[in-house]
Amino acid sequence: MPATAGAQPAVAPLLEAKGVTLQYKTPDHLITATYRVDFQVYQGDRFVVLGPSGCGKSSLLKCVGGFITPVEGGVALKGRPVERPGPDRMMVFQEFDQLLPWKTVKENVMFPLLASGTCGRKLADERARSYITKVNLESFVDVYPHMLSGGMKQRVAIARALAMEPDILLMDEPFAALDALTRRKMQEELLQMWQELHFTVLFVTHSIEEAIVIGSRILVLTPHPGRVKAELNVHEYDFASQGGREFQTMYGRIHAMLFENGSDMKEETDVDL
Amino acid sequence: MSISEVRFAALPPVRPEFINEHVKSGDVGEVARPLSFWEQIANITPLRRTLVLIAIAVAWQAYAMPLNDPLMLPTFSATAEAFWKATVSGELLIRTWYSVKVLIVGYAAGVGVAAVMTGFAVSTRIGNDVLATLTAMFNPLPAIAILPLALLWFGLGMPSLVFVLIHAVLWPLALATQSGFLAVSDALRMTGRNCGLRGWRYVLRILVPAAFPSILTGLKVSWAFAWRTLIAAELVFGVNSGSGGLGWFIFKNGNELETAYVFAGLSAIILIGLGVENLIFRTIEVHTVRKWGMQK
Repeated sequence: MPATAGAQPAVAPLLEAKGVTLQYKTPDHLITATYRVDFQVYQGDRFVVLGPSGCGKSSLLKCVGGFITPVEGGVALKGRPVERPGPDRMMVFQEFDQLLPWKTVKENVMFPLLASGTCGRKLADERARSYITKVNLESFVDVYPHMLSGGMKQRVAIARALAMEPDILLMDEPFAALDALTRRKMQEELLQMWQELHFTVLFVTHSIEEAIVIGSRILVLTPHPGRVKAELNVHEYDFASQGGREFQTMYGRIHAMLFENGSDMKEETDVDL
Repeated sequence: MSISEVRFAALPPVRPEFINEHVKSGDVGEVARPLSFWEQIANITPLRRTLVLIAIAVAWQAYAMPLNDPLMLPTFSATAEAFWKATVSGELLIRTWYSVKVLIVGYAAGVGVAAVMTGFAVSTRIGNDVLATLTAMFNPLPAIAILPLALLWFGLGMPSLVFVLIHAVLWPLALATQSGFLAVSDALRMTGRNCGLRGWRYVLRILVPAAFPSILTGLKVSWAFAWRTLIAAELVFGVNSGSGGLGWFIFKNGNELETAYVFAGLSAIILIGLGVENLIFRTIEVHTVRKWGMQK
């Protein structure tokens, strides 16, 4: 299939993945997770990687994070190749136990700032408070993570990542383990924060609706191994357009792309929000 | 007609909807009621445990009094008296201090060696193999079994005891620490590396606190091992050495058929064990793993 024609943007991409092939070993097999994946993320993008389970989207995100080295191709951030994990690409994981249980909410948010030597204790304290306020947890500053609900823990993780003011925020299905009501609220809050701060985010999900609402651009991957199926613009859709006809059309297009290979993917794809 | 159609033929009736306009929590009455005085008293754990201790002392006294055989089983009161006398005369205190001194030196040395070895084991794969093999070999070996060897190498006295104590502390602690490190979740590991932590800083700032519940358990277990090993070693030493610790105190009084003093020596060991467990380890627990919600 030919790539969609169109004028390439004049600005340079913030993040560029070129021909990324990822493999991992199980005791019996060498599995190819993604095969020659290309994409570019620009400053201010809400770039969503969407695909069914087993399309290697999480592996792709960890590769951008520097946790997995590609066997072929590579990722470059601001033109510099990504070689190892670093605080310029802060990650938010799906798991609630990503917070350090021995540190309070504020200390958790301060931790990357101090550990990476980005700023001193006083400045880190100020920054931590300001970002904790942004995620509406100002009354939980001195609370330990085990006393927080799942949604609050994810808020702390987001505040921690944003407080680093990274070049790009990497989110690995951050709301997938939350209940539906909390998830919806968190999605709204993330969008509000983006309106305010205009950070760049690379967001991985398997929910079509989440991808359309959260994203400004969607990279659709095929399963086993993950290859680029399409890149779609969804910046005009938000919660208000949900349920509208255009939204449904976009949903249907993506749904058809993910399901065109038959029904074998059905049980692996969560199409609910 | 299938079976399920027969069994589930009845559909639920359609009922009218309703909305309660005035639902207030105040109508329920008491939502939180304080526990009664006796319930609160019964919830104090130290109080309940003290009651158990008192019951044991009463049963002991009740059995030993009519038996009237101070050589085989002195009464609780006779033991308490012996304990008091030995404490006032200073002998028990001196013996205890001698034992505790050796114990602290040996324990600290063992913890230090374990820290270095597990640090080495998490940073390299060969280090991990070395530690896993050594732990598997030496953990089942009772520390007291190498005392003859220690006496041969280091002679009588403190160095032999410290050597045996290191052996008693090192392997259980290394085993607990390593299994604690292995249990640290991937999300936490990646979070640490995401912040740019590597090498020793990564171990100290992520792995050690994350594995702290296991490490603390290892410290407790190895403390108990060390205490037992030391007393056993002193019992063997007692034969040869003039100045000994609590083990020697027990051994000497046993030889002199002063059974009440043997019981007093044993009580001292128990008291120190309880004290360390309840004062030191409990305090550490309350201020760390419990506060952090890593242990209930």
